[in-house]
Amino acid sequence: MRLWMLLIAAMILSCISLFVGAVDIKPTDLFNWDSDKWQIFLISRVPRLLAIILAGAGMSIAGLIMQSLSRNKFVSPTTAGTLDAAKLGIVISMLFFTNVTYMEQIIFAFSFALIGSMLFMQLLKQIKFKDAIFVPLIGIMYGNILSAMTTFLGYESNVLQNVSDFFMGRFTLIISGRYELLYVALPAIILAYLYANKFTVAGMGEDFAKNLGLSYHFVLNIGLIIVAVITTTVVLTVGVIPFLGLIVPNIVSLYLGDHLRKTIPHTIALGVVFLLCCDILSRLLIHPYEIPVNTIVAVIGSAIFLIMLFRGKAYAKS
Amino acid sequence: MIEIKKLTKNFGKKKVMNDVTVTIHPKKITSFIGPNGAGKSTLLSMVSRLLDADTGEILLDKNDVKGIKSNVFAKRVSILRQSNHLNVRLTVRELVSFGRYPYSKGSLTEEDKKFVDQAIEYMDLKEMEDKFLDELSGGQKQRAFIAMVIAQDTEYILLDEPLNNLDMKHSVQIMKILRKLVDELGKTVVIVLHDINFASVYSDRIVALKNGRLIKDGDTHEIINSDALREVYDMHIPVQEQDGCRICIYFNSH
Repeated sequence: MRLWMLLIAAMILSCISLFVGAVDIKPTDLFNWDSDKWQIFLISRVPRLLAIILAGAGMSIAGLIMQSLSRNKFVSPTTAGTLDAAKLGIVISMLFFTNVTYMEQIIFAFSFALIGSMLFMQLLKQIKFKDAIFVPLIGIMYGNILSAMTTFLGYESNVLQNVSDFFMGRFTLIISGRYELLYVALPAIILAYLYANKFTVAGMGEDFAKNLGLSYHFVLNIGLIIVAVITTTVVLTVGVIPFLGLIVPNIVSLYLGDHLRKTIPHTIALGVVFLLCCDILSRLLIHPYEIPVNTIVAVIGSAIFLIMLFRGKAYAKS
Repeated sequence: MIEIKKLTKNFGKKKVMNDVTVTIHPKKITSFIGPNGAGKSTLLSMVSRLLDADTGEILLDKNDVKGIKSNVFAKRVSILRQSNHLNVRLTVRELVSFGRYPYSKGSLTEEDKKFVDQAIEYMDLKEMEDKFLDELSGGQKQRAFIAMVIAQDTEYILLDEPLNNLDMKHSVQIMKILRKLVDELGKTVVIVLHDINFASVYSDRIVALKNGRLIKDGDTHEIINSDALREVYDMHIPVQEQDGCRICIYFNSH
């Protein structure tokens, strides 16, 4: 697969995405300066497209970094407790402050996501049996424990009766003014690209990294901070999008390898293409209503993941 | 010259390194030999700073290694640990290029590319330079790792059991290349070996360890004889001379 193919696909899908939705907007409406349609276009469609692009790129990169640093192909923010920790942080911020501000939620979600993934890395250090499947299983269990705490706290204290619904990934509510936090993911993604070589070296293991003179723990922490920033911005604006950070980097790794300088542009492009497809489907399947995008992503994503598991066992362990 | 002085290391209550003092001579192959649990790999790890010593010091050309910055150290000493379970999909060329990381942080200059080409040439990897590591055999992979270390272009190259899992042909091939690195490029190679015959045939100096203590340290011919080897391995090992090489015949020893 060539990068330009992915970019062209992303562009075509972006155009489609701008003109799909409950209100029928045609390019000609925009040329005729139809002010109502322009308003919908600018307040809803464009922000939605930008949100999809940022979330798709961000979650894919977060997954890529986690896979590299944990040296396991099946680790991602959804299978290492990062997302669940961020959710726990948000619910706890609601408990602490009666009228919780957006900023307080951001700080709590970020701190919890960071500490949550650091704990997972520590946990990983302790296990002797580093099997390709065993490690993410532990991550999922760990995430579920955090998730159970979140549900219990939310329910018991009445701050959030339906936690899973609240965090359901969807772009339906994205309008201008409600997604701008996602822009914070942009510098994080750029930083990830600048650190690409360092992450690749760190991904070869601590001894390897030290032999090449890399300050391993510093790079590890930078990586986890990037992951926490991206996860926080996505959870707070869009919600939880499963599988994205898991399957996108793995597909790229299959055809392009693990040299992050090379794979990051592809990972971003493929992540955007994949999420755009899912979002367009979510808007078309029961038009004019919408299916939450995380449902579509989960259905397609889990199918791809299963194929990867069965066909790629040798690849993941190599 | 690397001087190891009064080095000790404990893992919990177990003393794995006990007052070891030894000098690594430049432009020679030095082999670390000894029974299992002798502390060979531990010593190598401490010299390469992957592991900190409890007491004692290691001097690299009279400077304590602890005080050397990690990116400077990486240009002077390289180490390849045993069991490289690398589950990173890199091509051979990409891996070897990362040997230049201490110099260029991954953005290769023309000079870096020259070193990479040379290292690939040296290890006879030209045909497979664009193959992914997971498509290679054990021997080819090991050669790729050594090529990376050659590209790193350090005076000191430390290798922890590089012949592990290699068949005879590839083992001989690797040892010959190490010999060339010393004789032609003036490198200093320190290597942990299990097979004392490879140590006998290819190394200039031998350091024998047992239970974390230094037992013998000297030129190869001083160590490869039945008396010295008995002290190291607690068994009778007859030594025969064959085409100028001393071969230890320990297979039916008593």
